[in-house]
Amino acid sequence: MYGKYMKRTGLIFTLLVKQLRWKLFVWLFAITGINVLVASFYPSLYKDVASRLAASMTMENPAMIAMLGPGYETEAYLASPGPFFANEMLLFTAIAAAIMNILLVSQSTRGDEEAGRLEIVQARSVGKVAYTNAVMIIIFGANVLLSLLIGIGIGLLQIEGMDWQSTMLFGSVLGLTGLVFGAMTLVIAQLVESARSVTMFSLMVLILSYLIRAIGDVNYEWLSYASPLGWTVRTKVFADDDWLPVIVLSVLTVFFGLLALYLHAKRDIGSGYFTPRKGRSHASKLLLTPFGFHLWMQKTNIAAWTLAIFVLSWSMGFVMGDMESYWQDIELIEQFLAADMQAEMTEQFITLIIAIMTLIGTIPVAMTVLHLKGEEMRGFMENMFSRATSRHRVLANYVLLSIFVSLLMQTALAVGFWSGCVAVLEEPMTFLTTLKAAFVYLPAMWLFSGIAVWLYGWFPKLTPLVWLYLSYGFFVMYLGNLLDMPLWLRNISVFEHVAKIPLEEVKVFPLAIIVIIAFLFFLFGFYHFRKRDLFG
Amino acid sequence: MSILVVEHLTKKFGSFTALDGVNMELKEGEVYGFIGPNGAGKSTTIRILLGIIKATSGSAKIFGKDVWKDAVEIHKRVAYVPGDVHLWPNLTGGEVIDILLKMNGKYDKKKRDRFIELFDFDPTKKCRAYSKGNRQKVALIAAFASDADLFIFDEPTTGLDPLMETYFRQSVLEAKQEGKTVLFSSHILSEVEKLCDRVGIIRQGKIIETGSLDELRYITRSNFTVKTRETLSGLDELEGVYHIEEKDGEYSFQVDSEKIDAVIRHISQFGVVKLESSPPTLEDLFLRHYERVGKQEAGDA
Repeated sequence: MYGKYMKRTGLIFTLLVKQLRWKLFVWLFAITGINVLVASFYPSLYKDVASRLAASMTMENPAMIAMLGPGYETEAYLASPGPFFANEMLLFTAIAAAIMNILLVSQSTRGDEEAGRLEIVQARSVGKVAYTNAVMIIIFGANVLLSLLIGIGIGLLQIEGMDWQSTMLFGSVLGLTGLVFGAMTLVIAQLVESARSVTMFSLMVLILSYLIRAIGDVNYEWLSYASPLGWTVRTKVFADDDWLPVIVLSVLTVFFGLLALYLHAKRDIGSGYFTPRKGRSHASKLLLTPFGFHLWMQKTNIAAWTLAIFVLSWSMGFVMGDMESYWQDIELIEQFLAADMQAEMTEQFITLIIAIMTLIGTIPVAMTVLHLKGEEMRGFMENMFSRATSRHRVLANYVLLSIFVSLLMQTALAVGFWSGCVAVLEEPMTFLTTLKAAFVYLPAMWLFSGIAVWLYGWFPKLTPLVWLYLSYGFFVMYLGNLLDMPLWLRNISVFEHVAKIPLEEVKVFPLAIIVIIAFLFFLFGFYHFRKRDLFG
Repeated sequence: MSILVVEHLTKKFGSFTALDGVNMELKEGEVYGFIGPNGAGKSTTIRILLGIIKATSGSAKIFGKDVWKDAVEIHKRVAYVPGDVHLWPNLTGGEVIDILLKMNGKYDKKKRDRFIELFDFDPTKKCRAYSKGNRQKVALIAAFASDADLFIFDEPTTGLDPLMETYFRQSVLEAKQEGKTVLFSSHILSEVEKLCDRVGIIRQGKIIETGSLDELRYITRSNFTVKTRETLSGLDELEGVYHIEEKDGEYSFQVDSEKIDAVIRHISQFGVVKLESSPPTLEDLFLRHYERVGKQEAGDA
């Protein structure tokens, strides 16, 4: 039994560790580092009762609940800064851990299989599911390590109200969320045939889990239990420390893991459970135009991202209805805040939501450009450049496509958010204002496609820097105020230079500068791309 | 008229010199065989010719134009088949063929269908499902169906079965008859021998021999198998005879081309029962060259 299925799991394990060690290191280091860094600021935040009370009211706001998960009892907030930390860090760190697992698993399962590596391994005296098994051991190890690093890292800070039991629970629930999504990706890897589809389907499941949890947390709690992320945010860590979600997530992981092994044992190498249909014998008219070709190659990605942005924005808009009744419910606020102040706070949330959705929408904009790198590495570009197709034309089409994607994402954002608002608000923002608020970010998004083009054209190995810069933008937007970051540090993020409509007036000058910088990046990218050797 | 002229072409990858002063010339309408062992620099040369990578120094011109600067212009009249064909996994073979052909402008749909039929190719499957041979067929069909004046093949038949290989040779000869020029890289020597007018042999980034097959045969040997009534003697004393082996009274050996006459005269004295001779294969030529170089290098040291 062992020989037939598991033989040489250990050897494959060491092989995979060698392949993945740097990626693992960067992920673990980044996730742990940010959490410990942010945690270290907490003793100096929320020092007095007044600030804790004010912040706790923010956390009870439906928009915040939709974004970050359910809040705590007011007493818990007053007792220690721990609950604030959990609110602000837990869910997004869990999502980062989930993404880490999704990428690692899809790369070392279908990625290796597509490249033919699984075939040479499987032709040896190796158990039928040894490879999948080794991947499972790796992600298990990685997530345990993540749990320990975060648990110990934050524990060592000795912050009031964040004792060892709580920090270890915080770490554990993060690791287990990662594991659930890793195991789920492992199942998906058995069902679909390409690494790219595995990543995409898994990310879709992640987004869907987030969405179900958001709706559930705000309105129907039972719905949240249907989402793994719903369990993630229900530990009451740093207050009541409930370990039940950890157990539930463990059971879910074991279930997905066994299912993946079972499905792998039954299928053929190189195939999935969905068999391909017979295709066209001739290319369609669209496919024969350069732009149409690139659009076609990325259509599934683009459609999936558009849908995701639309649905997320719609649900955020929908939550704004609860926001309005929330203000009315709280007499305290009624008394303290003038009506126009209420309106301003609502608008502040609107700008925050639009900004965060834009950040998410920037991912496909940069990805559209970086798709070209993948095409080059896989040797597809040789087909093009050995024909009468110039490098500049191909790159220009990619730039065009990424600008098209940016328009698409912001339109999906505006339409989604506005239609969500309209359904529940008595006096929603006009559609035009919403559209403006979304479109004002376009130059910033183009800057990202500019940076992607430049890095790709100049030195393709450095393209991950785009994601670093985007993460930085997210970090500044999300925690810049809280951590009281100096202005110059914040100003490094391009998103800080964009007017927050409807709170601020549009300023043309900064936008023009951003467009010019983006354009310069494009120019550099084109210049270098014409001069360098291609890989394949 | 020269279609392709390469002079002192050098390519360095960091400190490694992949090509070291390569010279090459292709005349209009000729089939040029480019042979050498793995890693000799065949593909690097071809990739420079296609403007995919840039030469460190030296010049390479196709149709009188610079291969790097005027790549797009040149490629309108060039068809290329790589050794390792990578295709978009989510498109069908038929779609890829159309797209590749369209990249060079207008194309002849009938010609496309004729070659699909000739190579017995199913264009409706997704590329991820094709075997190596079938992926090669995609590139071959897209090449032969295009209206090119120069064909560049980089080890194009490694995945094809013998029947398909025959069709491939047939298509190359057809193109030659139409006056097209062909550059053909390979390490399968019999293939080059059947197709090529002239060959260039590359080793460690340098062209070590170049010329027509006849010219190169001059420096090599023919293989002989002889059986005589009387015991054959004195063979090893003759000049230009090598690798003599005897088995059951049958002798086999190699003879320098210019010494054949003397050897025939000698063996005819013993009453020939059986005489077989075979022309040198490129394999012999190859081995012979390396033997010679090896000896020279040993001598130098």
